[in-house]
Amino acid sequence: MLESESALIELKDVEMEYDNGTKAIRGISLRINPGEFVFLVGPSGSGKSTIIKLLTGEVEPNAGRVRVNGFSTRNISERQIPLMRRTLGVIFQDFRLIEKKTVYDNLAFVMRAVGASAKESRKRIPYVLDLVGLEKKAYSYPDELSGGEQQRVAIARALVNNPATIIADEPTGNLDPERSLELMDLLVKINELGTTMVVVTHEKDLVDHFGKRVVTIDSGRVVNDSVGGYVGGRIHG
Amino acid sequence: MGKHNFGYFVHEGFSNMFSHGFMSFAAIGITVACLLIMGTFTLVAVNANRQLEDLERENEMLAFVEEDFSETQVLQKKLEAIPNVTSVTFISRQQAMERFVEQYPDEELFRDLDPNILRDRFSIKIGDLERISQTKAAVDAVDGIAYASAAEEIAGGFITIRNVATVVCVALIAILFIVSVFIISNTIRLTTFDRREEIAIMRMVGATNGFIRWPFVYEGFLMGFLGASIAFLLEWGLYEAVARGVSTSDALQLIDVIPFRELWVPVAGSFAGAGIFIGVGGSLSAIRKYLQV
Repeated sequence: MLESESALIELKDVEMEYDNGTKAIRGISLRINPGEFVFLVGPSGSGKSTIIKLLTGEVEPNAGRVRVNGFSTRNISERQIPLMRRTLGVIFQDFRLIEKKTVYDNLAFVMRAVGASAKESRKRIPYVLDLVGLEKKAYSYPDELSGGEQQRVAIARALVNNPATIIADEPTGNLDPERSLELMDLLVKINELGTTMVVVTHEKDLVDHFGKRVVTIDSGRVVNDSVGGYVGGRIHG
Repeated sequence: MGKHNFGYFVHEGFSNMFSHGFMSFAAIGITVACLLIMGTFTLVAVNANRQLEDLERENEMLAFVEEDFSETQVLQKKLEAIPNVTSVTFISRQQAMERFVEQYPDEELFRDLDPNILRDRFSIKIGDLERISQTKAAVDAVDGIAYASAAEEIAGGFITIRNVATVVCVALIAILFIVSVFIISNTIRLTTFDRREEIAIMRMVGATNGFIRWPFVYEGFLMGFLGASIAFLLEWGLYEAVARGVSTSDALQLIDVIPFRELWVPVAGSFAGAGIFIGVGGSLSAIRKYLQV
């Protein structure tokens, strides 16, 4: 249900248990304001991926409330889920580009999916490719690009529909440290242009380098929420 | 469906069909095979049914007129008014005798018989053999008719043959149809499996289920239609070849094959309908599980 037009993510007393009995989230409350840059960190199995699934509407909480860019996922209708997802851009560790389509077509395809015309795509895609530094690779296929370039295409794809929030799930997981830093710089730049950014990672050095807000999850709970880098606890993949 | 999306969906349906060449070829091939088997079986059944109908039409009931009854024209009108009676022909006792003699040319004894030992009669043809008993009872009840004679057992035999043939035919066609939908659905499911990543990305960026589904529906439609067209042409060729074979065969001369020009419209219509149903139904069933969340 549309509750507010402002870009905002809010989890309130959220609990989530999978059908197999795994209790992934145990009473998380978290608020991300419009324009914020937040690192979500924690060990494997801590509940980070479940938080992403809750934000994208892939799973529903058993208790509590999840609000994403004005939509409450508790009582959202099936028809509204696509509308909610249009306010989000998602970046995956394994890029998930369509191998048979060129860079341009990978972007045009997601614009078309939300109802944009070919004319709108022709206008928007060069701008976004320029932003991620791939303006000369528009007609290359994914397998002709390096890992870093493929991830930048994935970022361009997340950006192309001008979402209020970008959620990046381990975006540097398949990149070397240098490319990781470049990529994170790009995400910071995008954030500075006004897009709220939620980055899930387990790379402590990157988290410390950028000095942004860090939310640490462990065993389905928020164990730390502070600004300026990782404080205490453990971060490992 | 947005107006500007229609062209896109058709284009996607076409290009998907060509870009997944082998799987599309497999799905179309299976559609052709299934339609051809179903079509051939149905056409054999239609022809057999026609033969049975012809034989049924030959089956007649005789209504014998009372000895002293002379108003045969009035009687004929009464008989014609009975439901299920399709034609009534008067046969005088003289004509009956002539036919009798014609029927048994070697029997000398019949030649000198006095026609007066026979009765005037009506030859009655009926529409629905299943109602032969009721019709016979109605004929019996007409004033002026002494009694009616009908080969009820033969009629019953025809009815049984037709009923069995119909049940077997419908059952086989239904089984073949279900098998076709299942095979094609699985074939298309393989193509969708190949594209699950594409579908997952579309869902993740907020494409509606309709937007994701339509290109698959068009693809299924095109494959079904193409399969139906090929199957129709093959069926036509096959039918003509068999019809020529039957007409030139000495042993099968009694069989009167229905000309294909009498059948092509329902055959084309059923093939197109079944092909499109199988294609679109198969696509929808294949994609359903990817559209759950």
